[in-house]
Amino acid sequence: MFETTSLNTRNQRTQTLFRMLFGLMTGLLILPVLMILATLIYKGGPALSIDFLFTGPTHGMTAGGIFPALLGTVWLVTVALIVSVPLGVAAAIYLSEYAADNWLTRVINLAIINLAGVPSIVHALFGVGAFVIFFRFGTSILAASLTLAIMTLPVVIVATRESLQAVPLAFREACWNMGATRWQTIRRVVLPNAVSGILTGVILEVSRTAGETAPIMFTGAVFFTPFLPQGIFDQTMALSLHLFVVSTQVPGVPEDLPYGVALVLIGMVLIMNSLSIAFRMYLRGKKKW
Amino acid sequence: MVSTMRASESRPAAVSQDAPVKLTIRDLTVKYGGTPALSGVSLEVREHEIFGIIGPANAGKTSFLKTLNRMDVFDSNMHVEGEILFNGRDIRRWRNIYALRSRIGVVFPLPVGLPLSVYDNVALAPRLSGTNDKAELDIIVERCLTRAALWDEVKDRLSSLGSLLSGGQQQRLTIARALSQDPDLLMLDEFSIAVDPVTTMRIEDVLKELRQDMTIILVTNLVQQARRLADRTAFFLDGECVEIGITEDLFTGEIKDQRTRDYVEGRFG
Repeated sequence: MFETTSLNTRNQRTQTLFRMLFGLMTGLLILPVLMILATLIYKGGPALSIDFLFTGPTHGMTAGGIFPALLGTVWLVTVALIVSVPLGVAAAIYLSEYAADNWLTRVINLAIINLAGVPSIVHALFGVGAFVIFFRFGTSILAASLTLAIMTLPVVIVATRESLQAVPLAFREACWNMGATRWQTIRRVVLPNAVSGILTGVILEVSRTAGETAPIMFTGAVFFTPFLPQGIFDQTMALSLHLFVVSTQVPGVPEDLPYGVALVLIGMVLIMNSLSIAFRMYLRGKKKW
Repeated sequence: MVSTMRASESRPAAVSQDAPVKLTIRDLTVKYGGTPALSGVSLEVREHEIFGIIGPANAGKTSFLKTLNRMDVFDSNMHVEGEILFNGRDIRRWRNIYALRSRIGVVFPLPVGLPLSVYDNVALAPRLSGTNDKAELDIIVERCLTRAALWDEVKDRLSSLGSLLSGGQQQRLTIARALSQDPDLLMLDEFSIAVDPVTTMRIEDVLKELRQDMTIILVTNLVQQARRLADRTAFFLDGECVEIGITEDLFTGEIKDQRTRDYVEGRFG
């Protein structure tokens, strides 16, 4: 009654084959990441030290540390976040919770997707035109951060909207039926359950913002400055641009220096990502339905 | 045949036919896009009545409930025409639909335990309407959970998530939540679909108690449930209210429409 037919055997074999195929693809995906990390640690590791992190470049940038660039990146990312997170989250809440499904909403959604597809160098030129020249911010942290913020807005909006829409409609209806306004529903039921997803979007944005070079090249980041930024109207060095500079623009740089810069940049992003994953797991542990 | 089963002995006496009118519906029509879901429904619900609505799927039962608490406002696809008087006032002229909704409790076919603690689930409606005093909330939560026959099961884990309770418990939690609104009108939409028979019976007993304080509209796909609970029952079919009558009459043959007879006797298509 329970004999194995040849069809069963064939199905079993096909299943094994496909599992191995997909597993192999996944392995291939991880390989470059591991190789990049290994190379960076092997070649850049020796350059790392507390001094490297906390002193400025010396000898025409062929020696010394990266502190101004590190600090500059922190400035740029922070200011960009302060602008884009409230803006993006608010827009996503509107699109997901309030906007009716009509042609205008669809056009806006399309625009957001297109904004995500605009090359970063185009954003850079827009930043120069809008913030540096038109708003007279000059080449400054503010102009560079605003450019970064606009570039990464779609990431925040899409991630937030997705996580809001992952909250079941039944929860909203239950609240509405109790006499809750849309806002009361959003604040008490929808947002608390969407926070972990929103956070993912924000972290993705941090990673992208920290690594971008083109949008800040013309808007606020400089080749070299002996001064640390004091406020949002100062120019600053940045890790990503610094990496470009020491790799290609300055002669006589020892090999481990650019690798060291790259390692710090990647390390920053990885630490941010790990923190967010840990925080998300904590939040997700509290959420169940 | 199912319809020969005896109705529960504890069935309360029907509300007298001259009790004050709670809800008047005149010529109610609902359309989704261009598709009609309800056409020309007129009926009256009396105070403290349990009013049953039976009918097959797609009969317009849920659309009917949705119009009563103005959920059409949140559904741009839904168009409502006709007149609905709640306590004598046209609900389409209520300036504040939230005030209207807070007086109408709703229980859904599938239990919706919000991903909040059991306590917060029940305290949500009072909080929405501005009650923040802990002692007051404690009283409301205990009272509502007790009335929904859930207190004994959850009193030791009020802080655990409501969405982790079993299906039957979640449905009683939903009822407790509806009661926490202190509603005038309680609407139940096929509440027993995802609930075991024992819990169903417990909830039915709860409803019999509740009728002293509120009017209840019970939409059900179980003909016998309507028989056990409802004073009067309406039969909906294809968006039309085919027949309204004293519930017991539907089962003793005093039926005007052949379609109602077919449905009640289980001979339906």
